Amino acid sequence: MTPTDSRIEAHTIVIIVDNEPGVLARVIGLFAGRGYNIESLTVAEVDRAAHTSRITVVTSGTPAVIEQIKAQLGRLVPVHRVVDITTEKPGIEREMALVKVAGSGDKRVEALRVSQVFRAKALDTTHASFVFEITGAPEKIDAFVELMRPLGLVEVSRTGVAAISRGAEAM
Amino acid sequence: MESKSGTSFAEAAEGTELTGSEIVIRALKDQGVRHIFGYPGGAVLPIYDSLFQDNELVHVLVRHEQGAVHAAEGYARSTGKPGVVLVTSGPGATNSVTGLTDALMDSIPLVVITGQVATHLIGNDAFQECDTVGITRPCTKHNWLVRDVKDLPRVLHEAFLIATTGRPGPVVVDIPKDVQFKKAPYVGPTHVHHRTYRPRLDADAETIRSAVTMMAAAKRPVFYTGGGIVNSGPEASRLLRELVRLTGFPITSTLMGLGAYPASDPQWLGLIGMHGTYEANLAANRCDLLIALGSRFDDRVTGRVDAFSPGSKKIHLDIDPAQINKNIRIDLPIVADAARALRAMIEIWKNEKLAANPELPAWWKQIAEWRAKNSLSFKNSKKLIKPQFAIDRLYQATRGRETYITTEVGQHQMWAAQRFKFEEPNHWMTSGGLGTMGYGLPAAVGVQMAHPDALVIDIAGEASVQMTMQEMSTAVQYDLPIKIFILNNEYMGMVRQWQQLLHGGRYSHSYSEALPDFVKLAEAYGAVGLRAEKPEELDEKIRAMIAVNRPVLFDVRVDPHENCYPMIPSGAAHDQMILSDSEEEQEVSEEGKIMV
Repeated sequence: MTPTDSRIEAHTIVIIVDNEPGVLARVIGLFAGRGYNIESLTVAEVDRAAHTSRITVVTSGTPAVIEQIKAQLGRLVPVHRVVDITTEKPGIEREMALVKVAGSGDKRVEALRVSQVFRAKALDTTHASFVFEITGAPEKIDAFVELMRPLGLVEVSRTGVAAISRGAEAM
Repeated sequence: MESKSGTSFAEAAEGTELTGSEIVIRALKDQGVRHIFGYPGGAVLPIYDSLFQDNELVHVLVRHEQGAVHAAEGYARSTGKPGVVLVTSGPGATNSVTGLTDALMDSIPLVVITGQVATHLIGNDAFQECDTVGITRPCTKHNWLVRDVKDLPRVLHEAFLIATTGRPGPVVVDIPKDVQFKKAPYVGPTHVHHRTYRPRLDADAETIRSAVTMMAAAKRPVFYTGGGIVNSGPEASRLLRELVRLTGFPITSTLMGLGAYPASDPQWLGLIGMHGTYEANLAANRCDLLIALGSRFDDRVTGRVDAFSPGSKKIHLDIDPAQINKNIRIDLPIVADAARALRAMIEIWKNEKLAANPELPAWWKQIAEWRAKNSLSFKNSKKLIKPQFAIDRLYQATRGRETYITTEVGQHQMWAAQRFKFEEPNHWMTSGGLGTMGYGLPAAVGVQMAHPDALVIDIAGEASVQMTMQEMSTAVQYDLPIKIFILNNEYMGMVRQWQQLLHGGRYSHSYSEALPDFVKLAEAYGAVGLRAEKPEELDEKIRAMIAVNRPVLFDVRVDPHENCYPMIPSGAAHDQMILSDSEEEQEVSEEGKIMV
């Protein structure tokens, strides 16, 4: 890794934080203040008893910037741990999306057929529309959304990425 | 205040119910605090009431909250103890933001307590309400809004822990007014263990060994030290001196690190960076091993990063892992406290009876040639007081005394850094990272408060000093005999110098057409005013300034057109220094012009 290496890489970073007021603002403020990218961000409490939340950030930058992001995150006082799922602990990444498609006739039939290929679930059905639930890697959701576009895509809601490492051990 | 049991809250046993405001006073005392810098207001009245009933804590009433924070910075940096500030909500908090940012950039431990509107009013646009934790989040190491009085003792003790350990920095504790009235059991500092905060202090032995091996092998080594040595404490400075003497290597330092190594020592090369000496910058440029200790490769040090010390291996010791590889690629990072790492290095060097590379004398010979350039020389004048001459005379007059120097920001700051010879750490207080004009006068107030018998001098410029001039009133109120040594060139000198070098001599708004009469101004404050206009009156006036045991504003009228050299123009490399006015016609690249 050298600061002159200008390749832009996407990394998924998991941050375990104390669930205290303002902790998300600290993380987001760090990205905004230092000019780092956030491509997606997911946050929820994962252990009520231990009072910890898990933040998953998909970010991009040169290798030097990615190292800086991790070091700067590690410096925040309420942060327990920072793990780079892309390099340190090979992991699984999943995202969920809700996709609304409106239309009739052939397009409606085609939308339903494609949804079955993608193993999407129809959560809401009217004569003129579907709401699909689809889960998968971000690229799979991108592909599904693209296929739905000519078939009457109305609206998309995505959760952002949740990630976990493979194997028996915790991070 | 007498509690029901008949003992004062300040001595009350742990577990005794105290009000929030009593908890604040008690916690400060348990943390060993003696002095507080502050300004009262509606949202901190309960704390001020508790302060009124306490007779140990000394409160220094400033004239503006920015002054309180800078005073606390001066206090902290000159003592190694945290500086404590107490201000009200809204404008009290926003006025402290410049000082907080300054302290964050320069790693100064501060605990700043701000009042807040009552919890039920938060978010309501109440009178003197602002989102203090939101505003100060990016300019503190950490901050808290305490909504429940039960959390207050723990948060206050955590605040001191975080401010003073690891890489030090400022913290803010925001306390709503109702929380100051509510009661909770007091908890002492020994019961506080932070859930997540664990600064790394010890380096692993292998890394230290590798560093020492690299040092013994180096043909052209140089130490490049910074404020981290000063922040680690006097032991780090002592160990640094030992290591530098053991190895026989040359040493240079950043602005923030001055005093950690004695400037009178022959191994000392002087300041590094934009206004550093020729020998320090050339040594950094041509070395084969750069040993960075508690310094952070700031752009004022490196100049053009791709041309910074191009042929060297780099060791970087820092307590903050985020500094490693931030600006410059490091070959051997050491994340640790400076004193501990230095001690480990010395141990290995001694135990293994290591010696420097036999080529070291050739490197010193090369350095001697660079030194012979005498890059800090200047052309003195019989008619006009040259600012460099004024600082030289000031330095001579203060030798042998316990002297603390603060500065404002600009040319005078660089001249002071170049010419004043600091022998001990914690005697040089300056705004390095943020470059805050107006820092020096209030910082001098804080230093003098901590060291009542020492000579405390703010080397100032007439532009900077007007930004916080009101603190002269504080100095007079507390009989603090601070000396404000103003190098008055009627210009914002550094702005004028850059306009001359980079903007075709178009001096856009850098000349102060109306300046106060500083002598009369001093008298208006109840201080002493002095003025010197000719070189021959300087020594006598400096003596008078030092002799009088009252605050002094000394208006030293200096040559308005003097520039600060040597200088590495922005965007240039260390071996492209300008040494004097005659060389200044070099072109500055477009890329260089956009750098500040």
